[in-house]
Amino acid sequence: MKFDVPERASSSPAATAGDSVFALEDVAVFYSDFKAVRDVNLTIAKNEITAFIGPSGCGKTTVLRSLNRMNDLISGARVEGTVRYRGIDLYADEVSATQVRHHIGMVFQKPNPFPKSIYDNVAFGPRVHGIKKKSELDAIVEKSLRGAALWDEVKDRLNTSALGMSGGQQQRLCIARTIAVEPDVVLMDEPCSALDPIATARVEDLMQEMKSQFTIVIVTHNMQQAARVSDRTAFFTAEVNPNGDRRTGVLVEYAPTQTIFSNPGDPRTENYVTGRVG
Amino acid sequence: MATTSLGLRESSAPLDLAARGGWRSIKNRLMRGLLFLSFLVVMIPLLFVLMAVVSRGAKVMGWSFLTKDIAPIERRPGGGVGPAIVGTLVVTGLATLLATPLGIMGAVFLNEYSAKGIFGRIVRFMANVMTGVPSVVMGLFIYVIFTLTFKQRGVGGSLALACLMLPIIIRTTEEMLKLVPNYLREASLALGTSKARTIVTVVLPAALPGIISGALLAVARAAGETAPLLFTIGAAKSLQINPFADEAMTALPLQIYSNASSSFPAAQARGWGAALTLLLLSFLFTLIARLVSARFATKR
Repeated sequence: MKFDVPERASSSPAATAGDSVFALEDVAVFYSDFKAVRDVNLTIAKNEITAFIGPSGCGKTTVLRSLNRMNDLISGARVEGTVRYRGIDLYADEVSATQVRHHIGMVFQKPNPFPKSIYDNVAFGPRVHGIKKKSELDAIVEKSLRGAALWDEVKDRLNTSALGMSGGQQQRLCIARTIAVEPDVVLMDEPCSALDPIATARVEDLMQEMKSQFTIVIVTHNMQQAARVSDRTAFFTAEVNPNGDRRTGVLVEYAPTQTIFSNPGDPRTENYVTGRVG
Repeated sequence: MATTSLGLRESSAPLDLAARGGWRSIKNRLMRGLLFLSFLVVMIPLLFVLMAVVSRGAKVMGWSFLTKDIAPIERRPGGGVGPAIVGTLVVTGLATLLATPLGIMGAVFLNEYSAKGIFGRIVRFMANVMTGVPSVVMGLFIYVIFTLTFKQRGVGGSLALACLMLPIIIRTTEEMLKLVPNYLREASLALGTSKARTIVTVVLPAALPGIISGALLAVARAAGETAPLLFTIGAAKSLQINPFADEAMTALPLQIYSNASSSFPAAQARGWGAALTLLLLSFLFTLIARLVSARFATKR
């Protein structure tokens, strides 16, 4: 499973800002026979921040996790429709979920550093992908921690446990760990929901800095956050089935963030973003 | 102002946060007392066993007892348990080498690959059944299918012990793997790490202290087994290190058994000595394993 990073960079079709990285066509995700979300059609543009917003249970996280095949880990989960990443169907037989996740990293809701040292956390991914030389690893660790705006806080205690850090630092460490494998896309699942406002602001600033290098998709419950950081916003909501027992998520509206928040096309979006519903 | 059903809001009396006496605090003290009592009850047999073994075993304990050959004549004092210590170390060590990797791999399969699969359920069920097999039966079984054919006495004993250890290791390891939070697996997989590598570099290290405890439990259990060794390794009087030979070996539980069932006081004293030796040995194992796991455990 050795992986050559430069080779990957050249094998991806060179795309410029605004090109689409993901194209979802009629995507529906099932958990066993329960349809969690249906009829999702959207494209996600390179070097932009795309936000998924909506009430609980509307399938935002489910769609996000279908973008790097994390849903594979849930038994019974199944994706219908096509999820194209740079033209490749992610759910085609010959596609390896492991390789997909190398290109498309993920930051989770709850900071989840490994119970290892700060250094080992960041070096974990590069080591997995075959980098052994200490000097190379040192360089990657420094670069990634700087990229996550964490270097100055931790440079003197790289060998201490990551679990001794504050929640905000842990989340930035998780971001550093994700960007250390030089992914193309970073998926963020409510990355700030466990953080205080100051730590949240730091992560949001960080996202703006990361935008030039990565395509970012973020799920958030916080509408102000979506408005502050994202270029485009997708609003999902949950529809109750006719018999009223189950809720299925649908994509209501997908537009530039400005439009969603100031001039939404759908009354449901307007109700949600103005705080009347949800 | 709205009043709650507890009536806390309507009262204009000064705020009183002192503990209420009565039944609730009596119940609290009563239960605490009961818990302490049951702790004492649990400790009593343990302390008595320790005291009995240490006080009686100490009479013969000494360097010569630990190193000398088994006493040739039962009724005379003297002799030692040297061959039995070596036998226990060799046979139990070999059993540990056989059972631990197999047991851990089995548990990894059960928990990580086939938690709910049919095959996984069958394997888990079989492992549980195996826990219930009496050790004599295991010894007899190995004697018949292995020792009689291959004539390797020590290996036969190790196989019998390994069969007893295996289900314990599988079960405790699986429980420990279940305790590893899923978000650690997800964190690793989201970096493009393969499942196998995730297990080796994230899941197993996180569960290591518990896995070592489980393995130790199994080792301690195996080191104290008499029955499976009776048929397989026999009872030698002199040193036999090679488990692959068709020569009888001996082990500490066998010495305890044969000396304790003797009517001569000198033999009985040696039996207590052998019991103390076994106790010290498993204490030593535990200590070493704890030090090793503290050294390798992931930082918390």
